[in-house]
Amino acid sequence: MNGKSARTDQRIDELMGLLLRSGVLLAACIVLVGGVIYLARHPRPSDYRVFQGEPENLRTISGIFSEATARHGRGLIQLGLLVLIGTPISRVTFSVLAFLYRRDRKYVVFTLIVLGLLLYSLLGRR
Amino acid sequence: MNSLEFTTLIFAGSLLAGFLGALTGLGGGVVVVPLLTVIFGVDIHYAIGAALVSVIATSSGAAAAYVREGYSNIRVGMFLEMATTTGALAGATLVLYLHASVIAIIFGLVLIYSALVSFHEGSFLKPDQGPDPIATWLHMDSTYPTSSGLVSYHVRGVPMGFLLMVVAGVLSGLLGIGSGAVKVLAMDKAMKLPFKVSTTTSNFMIGVTAAAGAGIYLSRGYIDPGLAMPVMLGVLAGSLTGARVLADAKVRVLRVVFAVVIGALAIEMIYSGFTGKI
Repeated sequence: MNGKSARTDQRIDELMGLLLRSGVLLAACIVLVGGVIYLARHPRPSDYRVFQGEPENLRTISGIFSEATARHGRGLIQLGLLVLIGTPISRVTFSVLAFLYRRDRKYVVFTLIVLGLLLYSLLGRR
Repeated sequence: MNSLEFTTLIFAGSLLAGFLGALTGLGGGVVVVPLLTVIFGVDIHYAIGAALVSVIATSSGAAAAYVREGYSNIRVGMFLEMATTTGALAGATLVLYLHASVIAIIFGLVLIYSALVSFHEGSFLKPDQGPDPIATWLHMDSTYPTSSGLVSYHVRGVPMGFLLMVVAGVLSGLLGIGSGAVKVLAMDKAMKLPFKVSTTTSNFMIGVTAAAGAGIYLSRGYIDPGLAMPVMLGVLAGSLTGARVLADAKVRVLRVVFAVVIGALAIEMIYSGFTGKI
């Protein structure tokens, strides 16, 4: 590996690190704001001893967005968690671009497969 | 108990779990699940949902640091993420079909295995066994920094490593954990990577593996905001503190004490599973 591509690699690694940390920080801030609103409006905690599952508007992306834009605490927390789940997904997207830039075809295919599986998990109908 | 008291208690417990997870190298997720189920009586589905999102938070923060230091083997990580994400999708789907008691028993066994593995320091110097055709074709061979400069190494055992990573992914999706112990096993033992490269590359992969499971958890309604909020913030803050302490001090004795406590929680989980309490 020559010096120039080593420097490119380092630059790509640094950007990837920055992406990961800012994603986590942003998610934590949104969750915290949502948490404060939630605690102010819900004096009684839910019962977690028996599993009931979340309502539709807290487990679909469109539902979470409408709850969050209405500034509901629980919706904002879920939005923060969506940002958190999105952080590794954006890291993989970034890797696809990085491997494209290096013309590393095999790894473009590998990272695209991973990205496809992640998007299926988040968006797949079930 | 009101909402604020409940949230504060869960936050304090998660802070401790994140701290212990970082000190022992087990990860916060694997410690917070028995805490929530055994001590707070939370249903295991809510517990693994909250744990898995906290796993994404802690691993992404740590991965950022290791990538910069040049330990992680990004190619190995990316290649094996195909195995872990496939496994995680299968594992998270499997949760639907398994009784909560069965999940608790598997969790306890994996926790005991992870606690035992955490004592293994790993040898830095492995005899290099020469190039392997598959690893060469995949351009996996790389270098890592040591006190005496960059050292190059060869990667081996790719098919076996890939299979073990599918198992790691299934456990991650089924139990809401990062399953770092199985990932390190695959890279350290099967693929003969240097130990530090195995642990950091494992960390690099955990966030993506956990995200694959978390997408399914979210749409199935396992992720409750009121519970996930204090767990995620607590585990994140605890593990950041734990990592700092780990860098400063020799914590061998503390690690032994914590591993015993975690082992006791694991046995309690298995017992509760068999008696149908979970």
